[in-house]
Amino acid sequence: MEFFHRHILDISAFTPEDISYILNTAENLKEILSRPIPKVPTLRGKLVAHLFFEPSTRTRLSFERAAKTLSADVFNLTARMSSVEKGETLLDTVLNLKAMGADLFVIRHPMAGAPHFIARATETRVINAGDGFHAHPTQALLDMLTVREKKGTLSGLKVAIIGDIRHSRVAHSNICGFRKMGSEVFVSGPATMLPPEREALGARVCYRLEEALKDADVVMALRVQKERHGRELFPSLREYAREFGLNAQKLALAREDCLLMHPGPINWGVELHPELENDPRSVILEQVTNGVAVRMALLVLLLGGGA
Amino acid sequence: MKILLKGGRIVDPSQGLDQAADLLLEDGKVVALAPDLAEEDARVLPCEGLIVCPGLIDLHVHFREPGEEWKETIATGSLAAVAGGFTAVACMPNTRPPNDNAEVTRYILKKAQEAGLCRVWPVACITKGQKGEQLTEFGELKEAGAVAVSDDGRPVPEAAVMRLALEYAKNFDLPVISHAEELSLSRGGHVNEGLASARLGLRGIPAQGEAIAIFREVMLAELTGSPVHIAHVSTRSGVEIIRRAKEAGLSVTAETAPHYFSLTEEATFGYHTNAKVNPPLRSEEDRRAIEEALRDGTIDAIATDHAPHSPLEKFCEFERAAFGLIGLETALPLALHLVERGIISLPRLVELLSCAPARILKLPGGSLREGSPADVTVFDPEARWVVTEEELHSKSKNSPFLGWEMRGRAVYTIVGGRVVFSRRELLS
Repeated sequence: MEFFHRHILDISAFTPEDISYILNTAENLKEILSRPIPKVPTLRGKLVAHLFFEPSTRTRLSFERAAKTLSADVFNLTARMSSVEKGETLLDTVLNLKAMGADLFVIRHPMAGAPHFIARATETRVINAGDGFHAHPTQALLDMLTVREKKGTLSGLKVAIIGDIRHSRVAHSNICGFRKMGSEVFVSGPATMLPPEREALGARVCYRLEEALKDADVVMALRVQKERHGRELFPSLREYAREFGLNAQKLALAREDCLLMHPGPINWGVELHPELENDPRSVILEQVTNGVAVRMALLVLLLGGGA
Repeated sequence: MKILLKGGRIVDPSQGLDQAADLLLEDGKVVALAPDLAEEDARVLPCEGLIVCPGLIDLHVHFREPGEEWKETIATGSLAAVAGGFTAVACMPNTRPPNDNAEVTRYILKKAQEAGLCRVWPVACITKGQKGEQLTEFGELKEAGAVAVSDDGRPVPEAAVMRLALEYAKNFDLPVISHAEELSLSRGGHVNEGLASARLGLRGIPAQGEAIAIFREVMLAELTGSPVHIAHVSTRSGVEIIRRAKEAGLSVTAETAPHYFSLTEEATFGYHTNAKVNPPLRSEEDRRAIEEALRDGTIDAIATDHAPHSPLEKFCEFERAAFGLIGLETALPLALHLVERGIISLPRLVELLSCAPARILKLPGGSLREGSPADVTVFDPEARWVVTEEELHSKSKNSPFLGWEMRGRAVYTIVGGRVVFSRRELLS
């Protein structure tokens, strides 16, 4: 099979075959990361521009690690310390980077659709590293890779996602991805953060947390975005932890061999009880490693591999 | 100067007319309407196969002057209007500075006169600076030429202020136009709440926010006994409230815009900024309800809400993009499409685009009776054309209909007995 996509903007653009192909490629490339000298010349001479208009640790460094492992050169631009602070538009910023020879843009932006706009306006390859509330396709791919590694399949699973579903790009992309691969997705959390059923992108909306957790194969907790709107949408962090935070007792509702996931960064004591920190069901750090592999795969697929 | 329009089909709901006849205009007035008129010294406009109707009136446009002339000027907007078959427009006051004082009103009228194309009727602000606090000087504004008041672009947030406006407008017989939006529900929203917000990951603007605001205006109309006109109705729930208010005998009128019966929220998918508009494009259910309201009379008029923006405001991130789209040159064919699909009759179309707007704003026009102003639109209901940037006369090209094949187009636009726009060579 061949990979025809020019951009990675949204999981919804992919067929199940596309997704499997990306995951297979990632699985193959992951081996490189465990070599004594984890570096290959595949993307030598390519210039990848990382544009992060929102704070990020994992995603930004994971992309950087992926690009450098493949010997690509990287630009790292953050909104602060750049001309964006002087009022330069996003369009001008990327056009300038394109003029310097950027082959691919990795964009994290607070506005939904910003990567789509850049893809249209520059005709340069674009990977969406998270846009507003909309999508975070590379996160969904690394989550699917992690689950496939552990469960051997992505079909027929019950996936529970707990937290602020309405404003979570991670939730949106995961609902879309897991459903495409044949799993059922259940979402739960404070009702002020849950979409109505018809806007849930095909996920089942549960107002009782237990309903979502019961017999789940995968339990994914989302970060409470305290800096965004936590205070308005539920009464207190204390109440959130009590009602919607995951602990050993609630997790016991899920299947014994369930996977506990979290996209990070974690608010321990809010969405996850500290007693789960070393829980054998947790694959949270494996998600991080797989993140590098998935991003390597996407860079290779988009930039063709020819030096 | 005499003009004789020969051989057209005259559609004038103001006198219940739909028949083949000739129309004679002289000294800026309609002087005769009858079959087989002969007039030797008149300029003859051949109208065989064409519809002749009272000049179309758009009671809701944004001409951006003063202050945002890179988007549109009164001259370029007037040209777009007459090219679209409109002989008169009412321009909304959210300019920079806003039209909240007589000086701005006079400036707009002066620019319109210099353009010399369509009639431009200024709508003044309800409150100073559109801040929703203190009423503007309705008396002086009316004297300067304002035909109505509205804070269009934003609602009057406080019911008590809107109440004062409706009461005070009675002194001057000024229509009050409401931009009905419950800000606390719409704030931060960019698209319809529902499919579009879910799919695009954007904050939504719920339909019920419009309905809540319309209900407030309806209740204030009842409280004050003043008429209120609701701008750009986009929702099923809004329509239902207006329908019930009319059944209860309240003095409420309403307009919708062609995009609300021609498009749904799906037009925004892919982050198409030309489809970003406020109120937002809604669901298919809403779109159908708007059609039904146009058919059954719940909605009185079609207005374009022509809102020009340049690439500076539109070729950017969707969330950063300005709300609004242009509509003057596509309104007539989009309305004709309703006729083609059997939703409304041709006379009803003329009622919606000419007679009703004149009545709502108490303007001369909207009729071809003898003695009426010689404002006439002649259009070819069959003319096929494709919307392209080159075809549009507006200074801005932010139309979601670019690339659409349209059917129906103005052939002659006549204002005050003067042919101000023609797609055919004029014969004398």
